[in-house]
Amino acid sequence: MKLKNIIADLNVYGKNFVRSREGLFFTFVFPIVLIAIFGSIFSGNGGGSVPLYVQNLDSSSQAAQQLLAGLNSTHLVAISFIPSGANVTTYVSAHSITAALVIPSSFGRSVTTGGTVYLPFYNNPAVSSSQIAGQAIGSVIQQLNFNLSNAHDSIHVQPYTDSVVAQGYVDFLIPGLIGFTILTTPMFSVTFIVSNYKKDKIFRQLSLTPLTRGEWLMSKFLWYIIISGLSAILMIGTGVLLFKARVTVDLYVIPLVLIGVFMFVSLGTFAGSVARTEEGAAVIGNIVTFPMMFLSGTFFPISIMPQWLQTVAHFLPLYYVIDGLNAVMVYTNYTAAGIDILVALAITIAFFILAMLTFSWKEA
Amino acid sequence: MQAKRLCLSEHKVFIESRVQMHMTVNVSISAVGLKKSYGPINAVAGIDFEVRSGEVFSLLGPNGAGKTTTIEMLEGLRKPDAGSINVAGFDPWKDASRMRRKVGIIPQGFNFIPRITPGEAISYFSTLFGVTDRSGELLELVNLKEMERTQFKDLSGGQKQKLGLCLAMVNNPDLLFLDEPTTGLDPQARRNMWDVIRKLKAEGKTILLTTHYLEEAEVLSDRVGIVDHGKMVACGTPDDIIKQHGSGKILHVSGNETVARKVNGATGLHCTVDGKNIAVEITSNSDVAQILDIVRESGVELRTLQLSEETLEEVFLKIVGRMEDIS
Ligand SMILES: Nc1ncnc2c1ncn2[C@@H]1O[C@H](COP(=O)(O)OP(=O)(O)OP(=O)(O)O)[C@@H](O)[C@H]1O
Ligand SMILES: [Mg+2]
Repeated sequence: MKLKNIIADLNVYGKNFVRSREGLFFTFVFPIVLIAIFGSIFSGNGGGSVPLYVQNLDSSSQAAQQLLAGLNSTHLVAISFIPSGANVTTYVSAHSITAALVIPSSFGRSVTTGGTVYLPFYNNPAVSSSQIAGQAIGSVIQQLNFNLSNAHDSIHVQPYTDSVVAQGYVDFLIPGLIGFTILTTPMFSVTFIVSNYKKDKIFRQLSLTPLTRGEWLMSKFLWYIIISGLSAILMIGTGVLLFKARVTVDLYVIPLVLIGVFMFVSLGTFAGSVARTEEGAAVIGNIVTFPMMFLSGTFFPISIMPQWLQTVAHFLPLYYVIDGLNAVMVYTNYTAAGIDILVALAITIAFFILAMLTFSWKEA
Repeated sequence: MQAKRLCLSEHKVFIESRVQMHMTVNVSISAVGLKKSYGPINAVAGIDFEVRSGEVFSLLGPNGAGKTTTIEMLEGLRKPDAGSINVAGFDPWKDASRMRRKVGIIPQGFNFIPRITPGEAISYFSTLFGVTDRSGELLELVNLKEMERTQFKDLSGGQKQKLGLCLAMVNNPDLLFLDEPTTGLDPQARRNMWDVIRKLKAEGKTILLTTHYLEEAEVLSDRVGIVDHGKMVACGTPDDIIKQHGSGKILHVSGNETVARKVNGATGLHCTVDGKNIAVEITSNSDVAQILDIVRESGVELRTLQLSEETLEEVFLKIVGRMEDIS
């Protein structure tokens, strides 16, 4: 394998790629559009009311009713109730709740007697819907303090932002969409290119030169590393700047991106090689890609899917890339990431072998 | 019949030259007993021929005759079912990569990466072959300099074909394979391509090309091989082929049925009636005097007297006998 051949091919392939508007759009613009759309929808930046969960342990008191009425009148929050018997921390984490308020049983009594009371508020300041709920609560309580006891404030909100509170949706969206790009960019374009170069006899032309199949594949691999890397940086930047995503970016992200790209360049080569026609290649590419696009934790964490779909997800190669990225970027759990890396690597090696067995420039 | 005889004699020459091949460099390509079938189709059904160094050799034949299959076996792009090939000292199938450093190839239907310019394409191939980038010089050679920065997909058919030739020339080969280099080009572009091919021949390159155009084969080639149904039905210089397979000269002279019968009876020459004339396929100039005597004796007034020669095209049509296939 000659480096100069790989670089020469990378140069030509890259030029051909960037001169195509579709290629640029799907690589760079599309993921940012997705982040913007999904980020706005789920972070509550889109206007309307945001969800607020309330556990009312003082339902008989008038003060509690006043508080709830006040919250409703802001039109900022849509209140759902947590059963009074439930353990709030467990409930919040089990339901991926980003804003939950507890009205303690002593609330009414404290308000009438003028004692001080603390209302636990479970929130995630990184999520704008959580911030909005916090603002609504703050303003209503200020009002209550003013009306109820003309003295100093007696009602206080006690915020909890520890890890039981769900991570912001955007935090999951970034690793998910990085995985999405790692999947779709190489899969769609390599599947197409391999079948198209075969049909249009461009491989025959390349086979007339000293360039080898291995060098050609290596150049594709490097190319998709470069653009997936750039696209990931753009997405992280957008997520952090626009939606205040909290993600950890460290060296562990690199092997996951590398393995992911290698995985789908290999799979795309395999799909393009076994297809007889370009149309056939597109069909195979879509069949392989679509389930992964939606069920591997790309647009939402798989924990919100029904159990049987979660089981399905474990059979999708992309799942291990995204799960690994989540482990690093959201949970900073390197043990989990390490396991994902190993599984993804094994799948990638299998795909690479399939690709090399079927990818041929000769017609015989 | 004659076709077979000719190819057998060629074959003998070939066998002799093959024996000395390692010493003499005057044979660039040799093929013996070449066969290739695709399922039930015998695309190439036993072809023997050779191309000598420095000559332009054209493979002529109707669509589906087996030209591309033959040339692609010589290029190492297809594996022969049987037969042996030697191209510039290599077995093309086993030594494909080493051979291709020495030869240049334009495959039929040359195509390239759509959004790459001719200049970039030549630089790319130069790097791959490890030679200095001569894109300016090569584009100049084929008159494509002004398209240096136009993307491949925006080039015309003729310009694409010229780029194909540039890419085939990148490694400065002595031997070129050109499969239908002028198909689909307008007459002007075809003549440009001919000029380039002549230039290359003048530089001493050996060229094997395929074509459907008889006049192209006639003007460009030193020797021609006519392929039909996977067999080489004639080969030699265009003149040789006309001499061997054609009826040579044709005398058109005033006459009628009676005259034609008399001429045929007296000379044994093939004779047809064509309106108020008869056409006689003569074998020597002395036939002319004898025929004129017969015409005069028959009392026919001599209004027409014309001697014409059969063209390669007429001979080709006679040999191949499939006029409708020729574009
Ligand atoms: N890959 C293939 N698979 C099956 N049949 C093929 C294949 N390539 C060629 N053939 C068949 O082999 C025969 C010879 O084809 P070939 O391309 O060698 O002809 P050709 O003389 O180059 O024709 P043309 O002048 O049209 O280019 C044809 O009948 C063709 O259909
Ligand atoms: Mg052909």
